[in-house]
Amino acid sequence: MNDVLGVLPWWVVVVVKSAIVLAVVITTFAYSMLFERKVMAWMQLRPGPNRTGPWGMLQPAADAVKMMFKEDLTPLTADRFVYRLAPFLSLLAAMGAFAIIPFSEDGQGLWSVGDVNAGILFIFACTSIGIYGISLAGWASGSKFPLLGSVRATAQMISYELAMTMSVVGVLVLAGTTSLAGIVHAQHKVWYVVPQFLGFVIYIITAVAETNRAPFDLVEAETELVGGFHTEYSGLRFGLFFIAEYLNMITVACIATLLFFGGWGPLFGLVAVPGLVWFLLKAAGFLFLYIWLRTTLPRFRYDRLMAFGWKVLLPLATLNLVATAAYIALAP
Amino acid sequence: MLFWFLAVALIASAVAVVTAAKPVYSVIALLAHFVTLAVVYVSLSAEFLAVTQILVYSGAILILFLFVIALLSSGVDSFEVGPDRLPKLPMPALFALVITLVAIVFSAAHAFAHVLPVITPTSQLAVGSAAAFGSVATFGAMLFTSQLLPFEITALILMVAVIGVVVLAGDHATLTPPDHERLRAIRRREREAILREGEAS
Amino acid sequence: MTPYVSVAIYLGVATVASLAFCILPGLLAQPRPNATKEEAYECGVEPTSVVGGRFPVRFYLIAMLFVIFDVEAASFYPWAVQMHALRAFGLGEMVTFVVTLGIGYAFVWKKGGLQWR
Repeated sequence: MNDVLGVLPWWVVVVVKSAIVLAVVITTFAYSMLFERKVMAWMQLRPGPNRTGPWGMLQPAADAVKMMFKEDLTPLTADRFVYRLAPFLSLLAAMGAFAIIPFSEDGQGLWSVGDVNAGILFIFACTSIGIYGISLAGWASGSKFPLLGSVRATAQMISYELAMTMSVVGVLVLAGTTSLAGIVHAQHKVWYVVPQFLGFVIYIITAVAETNRAPFDLVEAETELVGGFHTEYSGLRFGLFFIAEYLNMITVACIATLLFFGGWGPLFGLVAVPGLVWFLLKAAGFLFLYIWLRTTLPRFRYDRLMAFGWKVLLPLATLNLVATAAYIALAP
Repeated sequence: MLFWFLAVALIASAVAVVTAAKPVYSVIALLAHFVTLAVVYVSLSAEFLAVTQILVYSGAILILFLFVIALLSSGVDSFEVGPDRLPKLPMPALFALVITLVAIVFSAAHAFAHVLPVITPTSQLAVGSAAAFGSVATFGAMLFTSQLLPFEITALILMVAVIGVVVLAGDHATLTPPDHERLRAIRRREREAILREGEAS
Repeated sequence: MTPYVSVAIYLGVATVASLAFCILPGLLAQPRPNATKEEAYECGVEPTSVVGGRFPVRFYLIAMLFVIFDVEAASFYPWAVQMHALRAFGLGEMVTFVVTLGIGYAFVWKKGGLQWR
């Protein structure tokens, strides 16, 4: 294996790595969609998708084929260039985050495309670019509900992005680094979910809001806004927003695993199990949490959502980080 | 090499910002500009600056621009031109212009002496040699020791800005709960005015 | 070699992949446009008016506040990673910073700037 790696030019290795990461992430997207439909069905005492292959295992493939061959409509009132740019931006920003996520580690080094020093900040930068996909989509559609939906979405996302970025600062204070691998290494004694429990709870709440998932899915509140910002999109272009949303969920699951649950670190000292398995198990747990929340909680009301973000989460996150800093400053 | 490629992209996107047909295109061009600028910062190994560039400029300030442009200019209503609240500006503008010109001349003199030969080799080196320089930690070490006063003054400026936002954007009509008594009185007056008009004709 | 080169290559691959996804529908799906399809869908009924109207100033207010507090948040990161070195001095600095901004925050709250109506 290493001989092959040694012979190839380094950039070919990186291209192959990138392609593998993207392929794995897209496959994970496809099956997390099926997973969501199955779990929701079980929670609601329905069978869920079960016609395409055993347990509906071929459902994602069927959906993909359907999406691809569906007619791609563009309303005449739409701004064609921006209308096409928006889903592209959304997807690219969602994919971008996986460039730096380390999935595991062995003697050779990290299992990531590139572990940059800015780490978590890079992820936040990708998130903030992703907002453009949604806000431009709503504007470009030339239709009322998408515009309303996207303005709502943008306001919601920036409000919760604030609390989200503040909630992880506590972790940065404890770890003393912004590098994701560095944060995982700093957790070899105790996972940060214990000392940073408040930060963890705020992170999960804001991350659910940031990815526009239930109970914060006001962006696509069917009863008020039809489909929200993607009302006018059809076929694969709608699919791109869908992929981007799920990729963002997977990113959040990975980040929560890395920042608060020790990344690829084993549980109960079971070092025999590979780190990648631990990482995937923990991340899958967070994806399950998403679905659980969706089936359990009713949707927030918009004014309450905004007030909750600005009046509760933001002060709490600030308090959390000052308390963490005080602990570091005053502890021996 | 990388620097010149980025420089061309930067200038092209900057030109696109001012020449774009629609304001939203300007915003998209500006987004491209900011992201390219972040790449320039990364090539100069100013990692933290690059991330902040994206987080603050494209993530926050540009979103504000997009809000203002997309929401105002999508409208079909014409806007009433209010009274000009700004005082006449020729003198301050002239002053600012002179200062800017002086600054440009001075920095150009410096730039051609030092900056160009510095930038090109650094970008070719592409970091590596100075791993710590420009990282988040180095930035923090500087900001919170020798640059502490400017940092705390920033807090003050930000506080003033917060207050300014509320004072400017939110008058009582939008921020305080509706005064039902007053609203009812206004409606009554309107009704009476309509009735009077009817009697007159 | 800096990891950013790898990241750049990854982003290049991701761009190619996203572009492929964006171009695919044009190649696979057959467009058969007609007047009804080209109309904006909105809620399934024919659009009654052009998109327009002004939006509540509330949205701009939120965006402005976000800009300001985002600058605040950005200054937390370099502070956080230096906290182990700065210790009590760093705590004092940040408490001063947060309290100063907290005054502004309290002012917004009192004026109802955070109240969504």
